[in-house]
Amino acid sequence: MATAPAILPKLSVTLSSVIGWRHEAELECLHPDLPLPGAAAGGFPRGRITEIAGHASSGRTTVLQRVLSAATRRGEYCAVVDGGNAFDPVGAAGAGTELDALVWVRCSGNLEHAVKATDLLIHGGGFGVVALDLCDIPARELRKIPLSWWYRFRRAVEGTDTILLLLEREPMAKACASLIGEMRREEAGFRGERRVQWLAGARFRFTARKPVGREPEARLESEALDMSRGAEY
Amino acid sequence: MYACIHIPKAEPSAQEVLVAMASMFSPQVEEAGQGTVIVSIDGLQRLMGPPNQIASEMARRGAERGLMGNIAIAANPDTAVLAARHLRGVTLIREGEERERLGQLRISVLPVERETAEVLERWGIRTLGDFCALPEAGVVERLGAQGLALWRLARGQSTRPLRAGAVETSYAERMELDHPVALLEPLLFLISRLLNELCERLKSQSRATGEIRLTLELEGGSEHTRILQLPFATRDARALLKLMQLDLEAHPAGDAVRAMRMELAPVEPRIVQNGLYAPPAPEPEKLELTLGKIRGLVGEGNAGSPEVLDTYKPDAWRMRATPPGVQTLVHEEKAESGVRMGFRYFRPALAARADVRQGAPVRVAAAGVAGQVVECSGPWRGSGEWWSPEQWEREEWDVELDNGGLYRLYSAGGRWFVEGSYD
Repeated sequence: MATAPAILPKLSVTLSSVIGWRHEAELECLHPDLPLPGAAAGGFPRGRITEIAGHASSGRTTVLQRVLSAATRRGEYCAVVDGGNAFDPVGAAGAGTELDALVWVRCSGNLEHAVKATDLLIHGGGFGVVALDLCDIPARELRKIPLSWWYRFRRAVEGTDTILLLLEREPMAKACASLIGEMRREEAGFRGERRVQWLAGARFRFTARKPVGREPEARLESEALDMSRGAEY
Repeated sequence: MYACIHIPKAEPSAQEVLVAMASMFSPQVEEAGQGTVIVSIDGLQRLMGPPNQIASEMARRGAERGLMGNIAIAANPDTAVLAARHLRGVTLIREGEERERLGQLRISVLPVERETAEVLERWGIRTLGDFCALPEAGVVERLGAQGLALWRLARGQSTRPLRAGAVETSYAERMELDHPVALLEPLLFLISRLLNELCERLKSQSRATGEIRLTLELEGGSEHTRILQLPFATRDARALLKLMQLDLEAHPAGDAVRAMRMELAPVEPRIVQNGLYAPPAPEPEKLELTLGKIRGLVGEGNAGSPEVLDTYKPDAWRMRATPPGVQTLVHEEKAESGVRMGFRYFRPALAARADVRQGAPVRVAAAGVAGQVVECSGPWRGSGEWWSPEQWEREEWDVELDNGGLYRLYSAGGRWFVEGSYD
């Protein structure tokens, strides 16, 4: 009698042909060259929604800058829809982002404008990354966003090479996102003695909430400034 | 072959339109008097077909511009002019048919001097046909070189070249409206006509445009001028119309429009060669339209591409209208090994109250940011532009609060601010 492991592949093919399940082809990913854990280690999938959630000073913007740097250095156009006008272009350029390939939309706290602008950019096409930064939008406003909007975004990026990267305090797209990461800060790196010390960097922890793998957490070490080059400002 | 277009009793204002229309067929245009132009149509047959089709196309374009006249095509410019000025409609004269086609014209159509005209009158020469019948030797003997030139002209044997002037094609058009238009939709319909006309002109001269200037003359006597500067050269009338629509929606005229003038600045067309392995990028026209729509939402100056300014002043940047794009793939290799910590600005900076002990902040309170300072570094003093009204001077602190947040504070002029958070 055939064993279960032997039957399963046949069952899968039969079910696929009868029910019409789609076998999702392996997705191309953008690698931001960060030590991300588990399934996220492959990078952020193209044509999908990725969510990075966390509170203030949890490392979300560090991840965003890294993604923008990785994409623009490949010659891809990127867009940042900035809900709270918080984006730092000088810092992004210092982190390696090619500003000549970056579109920045400042929404001054208007959630509706941010969502519409994101929709226009995705449908305009041609972007490697469209980042929607909702970190500074109050949570009570974000919770009013219907789930259907996220489904609409998911359908809009499917089949394209665009990564829709959401930055927020807590996950909003949830089931519509293919990758959800939660970030928190572990330690701030003040170096030197009390009278003369500087902020050298911080250590963040990235936890992959979706998809869940064997090792869902990883540590990110970041640096504030390269003191050997002198002050940036 | 040469084509002559003659507009009888043409007004001076029609001459510019006539020359512009003729230059759509050939860069070599001779102005042979008010209302008369001659163009060489050699080489046009491959584009437009036989001479009769070329003439039909000329007639069609002339009718579109309100130019009603005669068109003649002949083997030399002078014959074409004679035929266009004195034969109605469209006339095609093949080489060798000149005597037959022009023979019935009166002798007065030739540019004869008074003395010569009297001589020809006494001889009973009434038509070009009569004149052509005279022997060449006799014409030379009795009328001299001038008479010979006239004789050859009558026979269609003139050999002069086209005296083409330097035609500076104008890419400007003015339109007066029958009645003032207040609504945008009908105004756009009229703007579309102007745009199509000017884009056709650009296309005929293998040019494109990078700037549109639209001046609306309003009913109150004032003018409303909009200048669209494009980051790319184009002659796509549809895309330009859409950009103009977005601009006029954002900057309405405020009064009914009674006339409008549009001018396109000509530039070399853009030549694009897409690399086989180049990453995808937004199409320039689509990107400009998308940004135009977004600017309609968030306001001018809030959508574009940032550019860092060459100054030590913090948060110094300016917004460009469009991302210029990365010309070459500069960095394909791995990014720099260090991970730069991100920073988020509060714009404007949050006014704060700070309790200071031994020169360092120990407690901070601002809108949304408050707590005891657990760790801090500073002061980091900075200043600049002391020679200008924009001079700045401040002391910065990086602080960790007991709520876990990492912030940058600064004090300037005795006041404290929370500039942003490290994230």
